[in-house]
This record gives sequence, C-alpha cells and structure tokens, in this order.
Amino acid sequence: MKKNEVPQDNGEFKELCYAVDDKGNYITTKSTGWEPKSIALSNAIEEINERVANVKARVLNNETSPIEYYMELHKMDINILTSYVGLWKWRVKRHFKPSVFKKLSTDILQKYADVFEISIDQLKNIEHGN
Amino acid sequence: MEINFTHHQTAHCENGVVSNLMKHNGFDISEPMVFGIGSGLLFCYIPFLKINHGPAITYRIMPGFIFKRFAKRVNIKIKREKFKNTQHAKTRLDENLEKNNPVGLQVGVYNLTYFPDDYRFHFNAHNLVVYGKKNELYLISDPVMETVTTLTEKELEKVRFAKGAFAPNGHIYFPTEFPKELNIEAAIIKGIKHTCKDMLAPIPIVGVKGIRLVAKLIRKWPKKKGNKIANHYLGQIVRMQEEIGTGGGGFRYIYAAFLQESSKLLNNPKLEELAKEMTIIGDLWRDFALEASRIYKNRSAKENAYNNVASQLESIADKEEVFFKKLKKSI
Repeated sequence: MKKNEVPQDNGEFKELCYAVDDKGNYITTKSTGWEPKSIALSNAIEEINERVANVKARVLNNETSPIEYYMELHKMDINILTSYVGLWKWRVKRHFKPSVFKKLSTDILQKYADVFEISIDQLKNIEHGN
Repeated sequence: MEINFTHHQTAHCENGVVSNLMKHNGFDISEPMVFGIGSGLLFCYIPFLKINHGPAITYRIMPGFIFKRFAKRVNIKIKREKFKNTQHAKTRLDENLEKNNPVGLQVGVYNLTYFPDDYRFHFNAHNLVVYGKKNELYLISDPVMETVTTLTEKELEKVRFAKGAFAPNGHIYFPTEFPKELNIEAAIIKGIKHTCKDMLAPIPIVGVKGIRLVAKLIRKWPKKKGNKIANHYLGQIVRMQEEIGTGGGGFRYIYAAFLQESSKLLNNPKLEELAKEMTIIGDLWRDFALEASRIYKNRSAKENAYNNVASQLESIADKEEVFFKKLKKSI
C-alpha cells in the first residue's frame, strides 16, 4: 500500500497504518477508516440489534426470560454470561425459562443485576432497561 | 505520581506495549521489530469455535506470545503476575507505580470507556501501559490510541477483571532485567525461521494450508448456510484481517516493514526484495477484503461472487507458499 493510497473514511478513530513512501521505504501514517471495514462493522452491529429485537419479542411473548435479553444487549453469549455471573452453564440456561425466572431468589437476581449493572426491577421488566 | 513515560501510537497493542516499554528502558526497538522477532505473523482457522456467532480466524499468534518469544530471543527477563483478589491486584500495581516502574496490563475491551462504542466487544487480550496515578485517576498509555488517556480506579478494575475467554485476571507484566547489549541480529533470524515454519506447517488449519481451507469453506457457505450467514461470515473474516491493530492487510504490511528494517541491520539485500514482495501480497489481501465487502454490501450476491473471492484467497495462498520458502532460504 502506497502512502497516498491509505484510505480515509472519516471515522472517529484515527489508527496507525504502515505504508510505503515514494522511495519505497516503510513509514507510519494515520487512517480514519476504510469502507470495506466500516460496512463489515456496521453489519455486525446491525446483526446484534436484530438479535436484541428478536429476543425482546420473545421475552414479551413469554418464551424466554429477560436474562437472555440483557445478555444479547451486552453483546454476550452464554459462555461469557456464565463466567461473569459465576454459575454453571446449565443453571443459566435454566434461568432463561420464564417459569423458572419468576421463582428466582433475590440473591440470584441480584447477581444478574450486578453483571448487567441494573436494578432488580429493571431486570424483571425489560421495558425499563433501554 | 507520574512516571516520565513517552507514548508512541502503534498499530497493534501487544507490539506497542513491548516497543514502548523497551524505549522507556533505553532500547530503541520499533513496533515491526517486536512483531517480527516475536514471530507474530500467522494464519489460523480455529474449527469448532465461534466468535460473535461467526468463524474464528486469526492473522496472528496467540495473545501474549509475541512478548514471550521476543523476550526470550533478545534475552530480557519479564515479571508477570495474575491475581484472584481485586484489592491485591490494585495494591501491586500501585506499588510498582510508586517505584517509578511503568507496567504493562492485559485488559478486556468491552468496558474500556475511551473506545468508540462500536469497537467494544468482549475481547480480553488487549494491552496497555499504566504510567502513573493522579487524583485517583490512572494514567493510561494505550498504544492504539493517538494520545494518552485516563481511567478511574473502578473502570480499571473492571477491565482488568473482565471475564470470558482469555480472562486477564488482573495480569500485569514488566521487564526486569536487560542484557548489556541486545543481540538483535540473532533474534531476527530466529524470529524469521519460526514464522516460515508456522506458515508452511503441514497442518490443515494453519498457515498457507489454513488459507486454502478457508477458501474451500467460502465456496460452501452460500449453499450450506444461506446468503445471510455467508455474508456475516465473510464480514467477520474482513474484520479480523483489517481490524484496528493489524496495520492493514492482516499484519502483512507490518511484516514487510520488519523485513525492510532487518535487511539493513543484517546487511542482507535479499530481505529488501522480499519486503517488496510482502507489500504486494498485503495489497492482494486488501483486494480480497474489497471484493468480499462488495458481496456483503449488496446482500444479494450470486454464488459466482463467493467462488471469485475464494479463488483470490487460493492465489494468495500460492504466493505466500512461494514467499515463505524463499524467505527461509534467504537467511
């Protein structure tokens, strides 16, 4: 990549790139982004938003518990959530069931609320959570 | 207290921390030198593992290995510590700062408040340097950022104790002993040999063979997974390749810069020629990313388009195979 070919896509982040100057020597220069990369990133963000919207509908439909909603909202998957909350994976999965979620003790609810940095109230009612 | 530490922005965090810590201790080591001597370059497809619901592909070796190999090859000693207790982790960090010792830290990205929101994923192998503490604020030199920044005690604790894969557990590290003179020449040769071995490894998921395997998978994705998922996967490959930290072209440009610098140090003109070749290969990786992005931009690509990018990858694999065989012979 030549110095004058370093892409500038007006991103907020100025990152360092390696490029070649007129004499063929490597120099460092800054790039504000590149379209193929920005599209990939915005597609990935869109994908996450879709997952969040999807799980939100399922919570409102009583198919899953708010824990799964907050998990997606925080870009987590089940393994990441499991390690943050410090419980076995099968227990976390079980807590996705609305019937099980309703009976959870305050202690357990508080654990999840701490991970997501919300109150138990917000945890129980996802409408508060946005 | 504030340690007199000079922040230099680099492309990649791990190289950057090592290079900045070396410079602080009076050794002028560039980022590409750290990357090359530490044999950072790689290609690897990790089967059965999903990252952000997509394939796990890496263009570099495991986090932490660059520094480990670099230290071994230039013969410096590093002290590393991990913690279970957050209070203990904080005390040890503060003690080091009191002793005027800037410290490298492994952290998670998700809660790094100074990162743009869109870049905050659960990635736990980011590196930065803490070089002081003022009014309860830690002074941070994050190598991928243009300038220095700060984090509160609570914010730093959170990123030091991020959870999930590669959880940092408060990991701190700093060089403790240096030889009188660094034997850079021998270290460069070791670094290059190791990278050639990795890239030409007879393992189907690693190096040149790994690139061919991914090309084969790309051909299958649209039929097996449907266009939507195939596009998501392609986007993921491009992100891994061009994400902040790679310096562009999946680390190929940084590696070319390393070869160019080495050519002068070793007085070996062949390496200068190979640096030029690596630059061209880097450009081919960029072309591949551009073509791939055209597919996921339109979202309605024909199967032919996937085959085309797969062929691009295969031709890159052929060129890299020839390249690394030549590189191996040139030193």
